[in-house]
Amino acid sequence: MAVREQAPSLRELLEQRRILVCCGSGGVGKTTTAAVLAMEAARAGRRAVVVTIDPAKRLADALGLEGLTGTPSRIEGAWPGELWAMMLDTKSTFDDLVVANASSPEQGERILQNRFYRNISGALSGTQEYMAMEKLYELHQRSDFDVVVVDTPPTRNALDFIDAPRRLSHFLDHRLFRMITSPGRGIAKAVNVAAQAFLRTVAKVVGAEVIDDAVAFFQAFEGMEEGFRDRAEAVLHLLSDDDTAFVLVASPRRDTIDEARYFAEKLADADITVRALVVNRMHPRFDRGLAEATRERARTFEGTDLGGLYRNLADFQLVASREDEHLAGLAEAVAPAPVVRVPFLSSDVHDLDGLSEVATFINQRL
Amino acid sequence: MGKTVVSATLARAAARAGLSALVIEVEGKSGLGAMYGQASLEYEEVTLSAGGGPGGEGDVRARTLTPDEALLDYLRDHGLSRISKRLVASGALDVVATAAPGIKDILILGKVKQLERSGEADLVILDAPAAGHAITFLQAARALLDTVRVGPINAQAKEVLEMLTDHARCRVVLVTLPEETPVNELVDTAFSLEDRVGVGLGPVVVNGLYDDVMGVGADPIAAAAAVDATLRAGEADVLAAAARFRMDRMALQAEQVARLAEQLPLEQIRLPFVFTTEIGPAELDLLADRFLAEVERLPEVV
Repeated sequence: MAVREQAPSLRELLEQRRILVCCGSGGVGKTTTAAVLAMEAARAGRRAVVVTIDPAKRLADALGLEGLTGTPSRIEGAWPGELWAMMLDTKSTFDDLVVANASSPEQGERILQNRFYRNISGALSGTQEYMAMEKLYELHQRSDFDVVVVDTPPTRNALDFIDAPRRLSHFLDHRLFRMITSPGRGIAKAVNVAAQAFLRTVAKVVGAEVIDDAVAFFQAFEGMEEGFRDRAEAVLHLLSDDDTAFVLVASPRRDTIDEARYFAEKLADADITVRALVVNRMHPRFDRGLAEATRERARTFEGTDLGGLYRNLADFQLVASREDEHLAGLAEAVAPAPVVRVPFLSSDVHDLDGLSEVATFINQRL
Repeated sequence: MGKTVVSATLARAAARAGLSALVIEVEGKSGLGAMYGQASLEYEEVTLSAGGGPGGEGDVRARTLTPDEALLDYLRDHGLSRISKRLVASGALDVVATAAPGIKDILILGKVKQLERSGEADLVILDAPAAGHAITFLQAARALLDTVRVGPINAQAKEVLEMLTDHARCRVVLVTLPEETPVNELVDTAFSLEDRVGVGLGPVVVNGLYDDVMGVGADPIAAAAAVDATLRAGEADVLAAAARFRMDRMALQAEQVARLAEQLPLEQIRLPFVFTTEIGPAELDLLADRFLAEVERLPEVV
């Protein structure tokens, strides 16, 4: 068997990389992990900013994010570097992108006022993911931060945030609407007529004003697709860059491990390497004993306190060994990335002390 | 939070009570099939467990729903199959869905309503999207009525809203874990759903509670002495540490359950943590037993 190259530890990653992307399914502690990584980078003397999506209220309070929009705010603490945090504001990020790409202030204004456009931020799948990546790109381009840590939205499709930039530019480039909005000649005109008839039928179902808004939007957007497409390419390029490290976050439950594996495979398909795996909420292992043997002892002393004590131990031996089994396959799939195990904590993380407690686990290696 | 496990349990419990249940998955890849020892679900309905037998059990059936397929069905039922293929294939549904947010949700809920109305099952269980998405999902009907004022979509939204707000036809069962953040989220979701959608809330399911085990409060050395057993070196410490962990977590869980009861005046159904980490047919039966026992405990619904 070939000797594996020594991969950088999570600590080395947060001390050296310029972008850390925390990804994984919902409810596995991504936001907390992102906050911990940014805080540790600040402790290592770096200027760090963490972009969170939807932090639980008490964590948001701890980070001073209450009532903030898309501007980074500084969190004071005893570290040589700087720690900044911000919440992603999908709509204003999108607005900025439109204004930056518009050929004139009038074009930008016309788009921002369009009802269809106003729905995009809330309704078009992948918009939030795209804007998280857009914000990441923007912060990376600025020189005020050494490292940007981004928390990705909990998506149905784990990879929305990689596909999102491309999907949105594809959407904005929609053939059907281009046929309607461009003045037709010859064959194009014939197609145009067919498209119009199609839209009339759709309008019968959903109402004409809905279609009118959409057509007005695509007309206003004319000429901006290229800027959007270029930007999407740049964002994708940055994600596969050596400056960027993907940190996969999971919990040891079978279903989230399966999702994490699927996620790791898809990242690999997109030429993105998982650089570290953080597994939150691991059950403790009290000894190396086997659940079946302990269960046997529990049966021997059934109905007594000792029997109960054995039964309890057997429960945790079983759950710990199952967690190890589930985790082993995932660890293999992301090897040689380091695996960081964070145990069940006695309470949820909602202040800087809690973040520090989690931080003590990130120096571990498998 | 274990939504899918609870949906599977609810279906199993209903079947035990002699009702036929249809579980509908809307997010794919849920593992519901595996819990019943079967393959992943498809759009075509499958039977997960057949009823009958001496106990007169009901069937458990299941299927998935996607907006694209629901749209095709809808257009076919409304004599519009002409445009249906093109609408889906061209990706125009994305454009239309952006123009009228909630249209995908209405397609799904409209299909659910149709299945409910057909009377094919005594109980239709929808494994709905998670917390943040749930509100948008269930609110889609009301939101669409503002955007689309005429036509079939408007009619569809009206009928869906009628179903959702009719407490005799539809109840929302919220699922949570006995932990701080999930409890907070659940309380927020409950109030939003009542205020903004007007749905009737059923009991809350608290999932993953550690069962109490006899003897965890006892001193291992004394417990061993009481039955003349000999412990190996260090064994007393291991037993004590494991017992302490369970007691600590049980205390934390009890605290969260009490807090939930205080903040949300809804009945609670409490389900145990399954230590195997995998739910199969055997675990599901155990959970269904507990579910039915918990339902017995609830006051009679008037």
